[in-house]
Amino acid sequence: MLTLESTKTQLAIEVSDLKKVFRKRDGLRAPLKEEWALKGVSFQVREGETYGLLGPNGSGKSTLIRILSTLLTPDGGTVRMLGHTLPEGERELRRKMGRVSVDAAFYKKLSPRENLLYAAQLYGLEPRTAEKRAMQILEQLGLESRRFGDPIEEMSRGMQQKIAIARALLINPPLLLLDEPTTGLDPKSRRDVQAFLEDLRAREGTTILLTTHDMAEAERLSHRIGFLAHGRLVAEGTANELKQKAGTESLEEAFIALTGEAFDEEELES
Amino acid sequence: MFERYIRPMWAFVFRDWHLTRRYMSWVVVFVFYAIVNSATIALIGKAQDDFRLTLTLLLGVLLWSFLSAMYNEIANSISYERWEGTLEYTFMAPVSRLIHLSGVSLFAVIFSVIRTIVILVGLVLFIQVSVNGANLLGVLVVLLVASLAFMGLGLMAAILPVMSPENGAQATNIFQGILLLVSGIYYPVSVLPSWVQPLAYLSPATYALEACRKLMGINHPDSTSDKLVGAPLSSVLPELGILLLMGVVLIPLGLWVFHTAEMWAKRTGKLKRTG
Repeated sequence: MLTLESTKTQLAIEVSDLKKVFRKRDGLRAPLKEEWALKGVSFQVREGETYGLLGPNGSGKSTLIRILSTLLTPDGGTVRMLGHTLPEGERELRRKMGRVSVDAAFYKKLSPRENLLYAAQLYGLEPRTAEKRAMQILEQLGLESRRFGDPIEEMSRGMQQKIAIARALLINPPLLLLDEPTTGLDPKSRRDVQAFLEDLRAREGTTILLTTHDMAEAERLSHRIGFLAHGRLVAEGTANELKQKAGTESLEEAFIALTGEAFDEEELES
Repeated sequence: MFERYIRPMWAFVFRDWHLTRRYMSWVVVFVFYAIVNSATIALIGKAQDDFRLTLTLLLGVLLWSFLSAMYNEIANSISYERWEGTLEYTFMAPVSRLIHLSGVSLFAVIFSVIRTIVILVGLVLFIQVSVNGANLLGVLVVLLVASLAFMGLGLMAAILPVMSPENGAQATNIFQGILLLVSGIYYPVSVLPSWVQPLAYLSPATYALEACRKLMGINHPDSTSDKLVGAPLSSVLPELGILLLMGVVLIPLGLWVFHTAEMWAKRTGKLKRTG
């Protein structure tokens, strides 16, 4: 079981009563419909901790990550990360966090090298230093250096996701937001990414917020896990605590027992 | 200063240059098409054996080519990012919108100037028209000053794909079409319906054209097909003043409109790739 050093007591993420509602209408004259994506979510993540958020599609995981990434404004509640409150501390916070989303978003015609150098310059990094660091990370992730000049569109999804991780780590951020980073990857790439994240945490003490469908991944990587269902954080604790609380053998059974919800077959396979 | 502002601004030039390089075959095709299209318009003047008409059309086509290329680069920068799915990454980078859009605009100006020079050379070689005596340096100054106002318009148009992922990109073309219509690119504004004519005074292209026609000496009574009598830059100071004023007003206004649209998109979730 993963445990966090007792010396790490500072909070890296404090989310309190976070709410988000999306309003839309189906036709010009139709009344506005409200869909609550988050209904008052609260949790805390300590420095150096990996916190896994588990939830099926539509549970609010991505909305939560996008609010923390400063891309979405909440409708209620407060967010404080690395000592900065949103939205006031947004600019400073952006310098300190990296994000990897489920779709490795790149300029597909450009090579990994060009995409990473662009990202590095956006963050004000000196291109040569950034290139060295990027190549180091990519090699650690198992990407062959002879492919660094090829257009990204010619690469597999696994390779693209590894490049996305390298991009997020270019600035050596103390906080990493990972939104289903291994979804759709082949088993080898998935293992590579998971091993890299474990190594990163051990070396740098990076705080990681991870959303995933993969129970084994959540259990392997997370110090603590939160179950998110219908926009609410239903339960949280270590994997063992959650299993004990639900009186089940597996984390998946614990999720079903505590949330009353099951993952789709498709979600579990991805 | 360098790390916080200059390098992030240069990142956009770096990105757009490499994207242009990767799409070079398309760039060549579009420039070739622009030369052919411009030639077919300028040849109308040749057919009339009227050098003033030929030069009016030539100037119109070049100026519009420059301004529309720049407007398109800026206005469509958000659409490109939506198609690529990179919009959220750009928006969560620690870069102010001023730096972001300045970088995009800087590349747009460099790209448009080079593209226009290539088209000009192609046209002059193809239709054998003399620009001897024209104040071409003055024309370049006017183009650069006018580009400020077009940057502002581009910034305002760039919000359309932010606000509507489905229809925003198309709407930027409608905006561009209206500018083409009201600015008198190929004809005097006086031939437009009277209710449209006031709109011409709101378009920076109208003033840029007026100034460039004087600098080229197109309507100067002493100009001939072999030797034009181009006016000095000092004679177009009123037009330059208006263009500068438009730039000074439109760029901050464009940034403010963009900021407002971004805040709205962050409230409604429209930054997401699928909207």
